[in-house]
Amino acid sequence: MQKRISHLPFHDTPEQAQKLDAVIESLKGQAGAVMPALHQAQDIYGYLPLEVQKKIAEGLGVSLEEVFGVSTFYSQFSLTPKGRNHISVCLGTACYVKGSDKVLDRLVAKLGIHPEECTEDGEFSLTACRCIGACGLAPVMTVNDEVYGRLVPEDVDKILAQYAAK
Amino acid sequence: MKSLAELQAVKERSVGSLTLREHGATPNPGSSVRLNVLVCGGTGCTSSHSEQIVEKLHEEIKANGLEDEVEVVRTGCFGLCALGPIMIVYPEGAFYSCVTPEDIPEIVAEHFVKGNIVKKHLYQETVQEDGSIKSLNETRFYSKQMRLALRNCGVIDPEKIDEYIARDGYQALGKVLTEMKPDEVIELVLASGLRGRGGAGFPTGLKWKLCAPNQADQKYACCNADEGDPGAFMDRSVLEGDPHSVLEAMAIAGYAIGATQGYVYIRAEYPIAVKRLQIAIDQAREYGLLGKNIFGSGFDFDVDIRLGAGAFVCGEETALMTSIEGKRGEPRVRPPYPALKGLFGKPTVLNNVETYANIPQIILKGADWFKSIGTEKSSGTKVFALGGKITNTGLVEVPMGTTLREVVEDIGGGVPGGHTFKAAQTGGPSGGCIPASLIDTPIDFDHLAAIGSMMGSGGLIVMDETTCMVDIAKFFLEFTVDESCGKCTPCRVGTKRLLEILEKITSGKGTLEDIDRMEELCYYIKENSLCALGQTAPNPVLSTLKHYRDEYIAHVTEHRCPAGACKALTNYSIDPEKCKGCTLCARNCPVGAITGKVREPHVIDTDKCIKCGVCMENCKFGAVVKK
Repeated sequence: MQKRISHLPFHDTPEQAQKLDAVIESLKGQAGAVMPALHQAQDIYGYLPLEVQKKIAEGLGVSLEEVFGVSTFYSQFSLTPKGRNHISVCLGTACYVKGSDKVLDRLVAKLGIHPEECTEDGEFSLTACRCIGACGLAPVMTVNDEVYGRLVPEDVDKILAQYAAK
Repeated sequence: MKSLAELQAVKERSVGSLTLREHGATPNPGSSVRLNVLVCGGTGCTSSHSEQIVEKLHEEIKANGLEDEVEVVRTGCFGLCALGPIMIVYPEGAFYSCVTPEDIPEIVAEHFVKGNIVKKHLYQETVQEDGSIKSLNETRFYSKQMRLALRNCGVIDPEKIDEYIARDGYQALGKVLTEMKPDEVIELVLASGLRGRGGAGFPTGLKWKLCAPNQADQKYACCNADEGDPGAFMDRSVLEGDPHSVLEAMAIAGYAIGATQGYVYIRAEYPIAVKRLQIAIDQAREYGLLGKNIFGSGFDFDVDIRLGAGAFVCGEETALMTSIEGKRGEPRVRPPYPALKGLFGKPTVLNNVETYANIPQIILKGADWFKSIGTEKSSGTKVFALGGKITNTGLVEVPMGTTLREVVEDIGGGVPGGHTFKAAQTGGPSGGCIPASLIDTPIDFDHLAAIGSMMGSGGLIVMDETTCMVDIAKFFLEFTVDESCGKCTPCRVGTKRLLEILEKITSGKGTLEDIDRMEELCYYIKENSLCALGQTAPNPVLSTLKHYRDEYIAHVTEHRCPAGACKALTNYSIDPEKCKGCTLCARNCPVGAITGKVREPHVIDTDKCIKCGVCMENCKFGAVVKK
């Protein structure tokens, strides 16, 4: 999937900065530290702003080019912030055969955004993912950490309403 | 753990807690526990809230004062994911399916307290006419299965090392370290005929044999748990249900080739598996089964986890190793093979999760035992993740040589909803389709290769007549275009061009020349790509072309999709004769494309219609037609 790079301003809290420093400190000198550092940084910030990648590069003593090369290579690393509710529709084979593309179409129509985008109010972001392994429940989508399985496109309206109300 | 005697002591201490977990078992007289409640803690059942079921069970058991009599165990996957969440109560072997937290009070009060099994919540096939409960092994889903790699999945608590030891765990490692020389281990694995379960089927013993003589200051024994095929979850289930079997086997491999460090490279998308594997590593270290001087033999071995980050190409061995090194996971040219220059440039053996899960039993039961299962050139069993248009979606393990028909019709319960079986897809984006006409093909490495598909890692997706084979080929190409790492041109550019031709065909603009050109391009990509991703990427196209060329031709010459799946080639309309004007379709149309008055035939505006098919699904009179 094409990576989208965020142009939104980067907000950093002292707490987050401190956590990132600790992560970098613990990985210094370890072979192959860039990926674990990016994983943990994404847990802290929700995505990987360029500022954070610069800090990792300086901290681990590798070039920014190498860090950026890794962060853009792997689909798990996100360069855009996620919405308050992050929706992920599985387009793995088992889900696709059972019509998850129609579930995604319905979400696109309802939210007015495409995969890898976030709604203007920051409420919802959408992504199409590969198999999450819950093929027994196909077709599947997740909202934050909640899994919704055995979906038909009409279920989307109900599920979105639950989150919009919050 | 200093000696085998200590291991034996742990086994004897723990074995009693497992005796109940069998259909019709008699309770251990020395224990107050009379019921074992096994709740599936695999990803499928956890997604449908099996955790809440465990909580509710504890609550109700406490309320009824049964804490000393009933033990609740969270196990790995039972396999029948379609009926999840699943809960099995032993010794009766009562198989409760689609359980909700609301069902628990009744089950506890009736079954646990009074001894009356609540039959309405049971998997109906297990309830016999006379009201007795059939053993699970006699049901259609389980009777043809043979669980070797999955032997502990759904039996033990994967977070308790003692339960693994009670089932002969770490005995094989003990035997290898105290009784066998490294080359004897390799010869045994070689003689068993075990072939790599990751897809290519390379003989595991040979892989070890090629690595063993290479001298270096550090060698590695690694595990490939980067299960990237969409629709495949065998390796995840093994790691979630029986992580110690993989760790034990990695240590055995380490001893055989002379490695002291192992890495498990696992997808970050598998949080439960990662968590349980980490717990298993910690427990094994605590017992001294990983670490320095294992069983006092002087052999050191330790394992660490490395997380993937969602790149399909990292399932390829050289790409995986580059990724463990923290870089972009791009493959490199072989030779040199990893056996000589692998991780960090050192000799490395890399095996798949399921391959490892077979090793301890091969060591304990011998090469001849393993060779007696399966077919001549493919010994043992294979785990498949059954998915798609099939009744019993789930995880199955069958001896090699079982026919596709047995897997789909007997174990899988056939295609639901009155539809007919059209094809099965194996091997994911690298594999191909097996058409209905070849349903009696025995499943093993060589038979599947002979018909233009491949074993793959074990994803088996069933398709019915509503699935368009051109669309499926396009689906897999979209996947490979996305996942191509971009390093070599035949794969990066070739797959893109292939996808463009497929898009042209599915939108009705293709020509017969396009089909020929596509076929030629397929062979070009296969022959010239750097790694297995590119070399196998055209397989979905080639195998559908081989078996379903008429469908491609229909798209091109008649501008028609025979399965009615390609959106650009289908239109929805309403038959005015059949339409009763109930307005149901108009009310459900997401884009307001349907108009009409109450009790008068409705009309679909084809310009507005997004072809989602909701109207057709909702119509009670069959008035919506797709052409």
